[in-house]
Amino acid sequence: MNIPSNLSFSKEHEWVRSEEDIAVIGITDYAQDQLGDIVYLDLPSIGTELTQAGKMGEIESVKAVSDLFAPLSGEVLEVNQAAIDAPETVNEQPYGDGWLIKIRLTDAAQLDALLSAEAYDELITREMEENTD
Amino acid sequence: MNGATEDLGATLTFDLSRPGRIGCAVAAPDVPLSPLPPAPLLRDELPLPELSQLDVVRYFTRLSQLNFSIDTGFYPLGSCSMKYNPKVQEDIARLPGFAQLHPLQPAETAQGALALMHGLQTELAEITGMDDVSLVPDAGAHGELAGILIARAYHESNGGGDRQRVLVPDSAHGTNPATAAMAGFDVESIPSDADGNLDIEALESALDGNGDSVAALMLTLPSTLGLFEPQILRIAELVHSHGALLYGDGANMNAMLGRVKPGDLGFDVFHLNLHKTFSTPHGGGGPGAGPIAVTSTLAPFLPTPHVRRNPDGEFVLAAPERSIGRLGLFHGNFGVLVRAYAYILSLGAQGLRDISEAAVLNANYVQARLRDAYRLAYDRRCMHEVVISGSRQKAKGVKTLDIAKRLIDYGVHPPTIYFPLIVDEAMMIEPTESESKESVDAFCEAMLAIAREVEEEPDTVRDAPTRAPLRRLDEATAARKPVLRWQREDGV
Repeated sequence: MNIPSNLSFSKEHEWVRSEEDIAVIGITDYAQDQLGDIVYLDLPSIGTELTQAGKMGEIESVKAVSDLFAPLSGEVLEVNQAAIDAPETVNEQPYGDGWLIKIRLTDAAQLDALLSAEAYDELITREMEENTD
Repeated sequence: MNGATEDLGATLTFDLSRPGRIGCAVAAPDVPLSPLPPAPLLRDELPLPELSQLDVVRYFTRLSQLNFSIDTGFYPLGSCSMKYNPKVQEDIARLPGFAQLHPLQPAETAQGALALMHGLQTELAEITGMDDVSLVPDAGAHGELAGILIARAYHESNGGGDRQRVLVPDSAHGTNPATAAMAGFDVESIPSDADGNLDIEALESALDGNGDSVAALMLTLPSTLGLFEPQILRIAELVHSHGALLYGDGANMNAMLGRVKPGDLGFDVFHLNLHKTFSTPHGGGGPGAGPIAVTSTLAPFLPTPHVRRNPDGEFVLAAPERSIGRLGLFHGNFGVLVRAYAYILSLGAQGLRDISEAAVLNANYVQARLRDAYRLAYDRRCMHEVVISGSRQKAKGVKTLDIAKRLIDYGVHPPTIYFPLIVDEAMMIEPTESESKESVDAFCEAMLAIAREVEEEPDTVRDAPTRAPLRRLDEATAARKPVLRWQREDGV
């Protein structure tokens, strides 16, 4: 499972790439693999104020509809319209063209509580082991 | 299949149309002609297909031969109770006295129909151990909506109109949170514990301090994990001690018929799916019926109309005194009610008890036969359905979807998959009570054969189905770029 070392991760299987007070958010390779073929994205509109751990949208796959939770608080600056138009991009390039939103952080200190690539690797390894014991 | 395996799904009657071909001649009018509406309102050419009767009969008969139904094969679609519907119910529903009633005819001319509805209300009240029943809701989720609107009306009448929260375990049917949200409540999910039961501590913390903001807990029993909730009495006590109501989703009632009465467990409202438990046809989207049973405290809020019997023996359609009002047209899906009543009376009390016994026995038999080949979601006795996981197979590169598609090659309808959401790679298997040991064994053999194929020839499973009229359908593209209706080449 691809877990880029330069990103931070949430326990809800989202990745964050931050630079100063701007952060790009997407879902992880593991998340897209678990969801299966993604068919629909419901993302927050530009200007929405997100609260960390609050619901920020929905992602629908052929299996199920799942809530998306904001890994960080902040204001939505950009939404990836190309991914909304072609949701398979999220399956194909979860860390690249399949990004979801870009936000301006309200509290940069929240970044410190996210998981490193190593910690996220441990989390999903544990989850996969629990599922196959 | 006499040439019927061409891609009939892609052939429409429009494609078979030939100009001027007709199926039947319309008789000459025997009433005076009326002038046509003004010309701007008229279209002079409707693009309808032109076919002979024989073309139409062959087209739809061939399509019907491609259909999978309980009349043709094993159909273990978990949570849906795809059991056999005895044909005698169809005979009874077609009796002219039932079939030719008009919903607008005066009640005094339909006393037999009303007596049947009253009888069904009475039987369902007895079966559920509740005080009164409404036959109005036309589906399970409609029954949920009726129940949750009654909960709101009850709280409003008791100064609790500000109770805004509805608690729903994560092992509930998905319609439960949807119903509460549609009725305008805030939905909170309560997790399950490691054994698949409701996490009592999580329930306590959701109630502690602000329990007076909770309108109801909506509990599915048995849950979508196919498990009975052993702490149900404690849960009812906790919910009631905070003034909230306990709503029961009874879609799985075939597991408890004649054994457990929801009224004895502390439920305030409990819905039934006649089209599951009481053996009326379903699977084609309806019609269904989702009656609700309630306590005497909630009976005044039942929807309109409610069938009552006057002291002189006459049956009437009444409006309960604090009714939440009408929820649909006329008197519910009457034909479904006739079939359910016939089913109950033809089985009797012992027959209903036999149903729950066979339903639970069959599911536990499947669990026992599959437990070595597949991972059990929860290793304990189940009720009418068993939830297993395809996670071991997924680790070998074969998804649960592949296993489901491979079952089609074995002549079996796939079980419910990827639900409940709290089980990874879930397969929810409900053999139902109407299947023999031989047919349940044949299903288990197919599942075991597929588990071996995953080890030895995984591509066979990944490429399935190979023996069906069509190969694997592209469900992702169908969802991403749905084509919802046929269009002529000129775009009409």
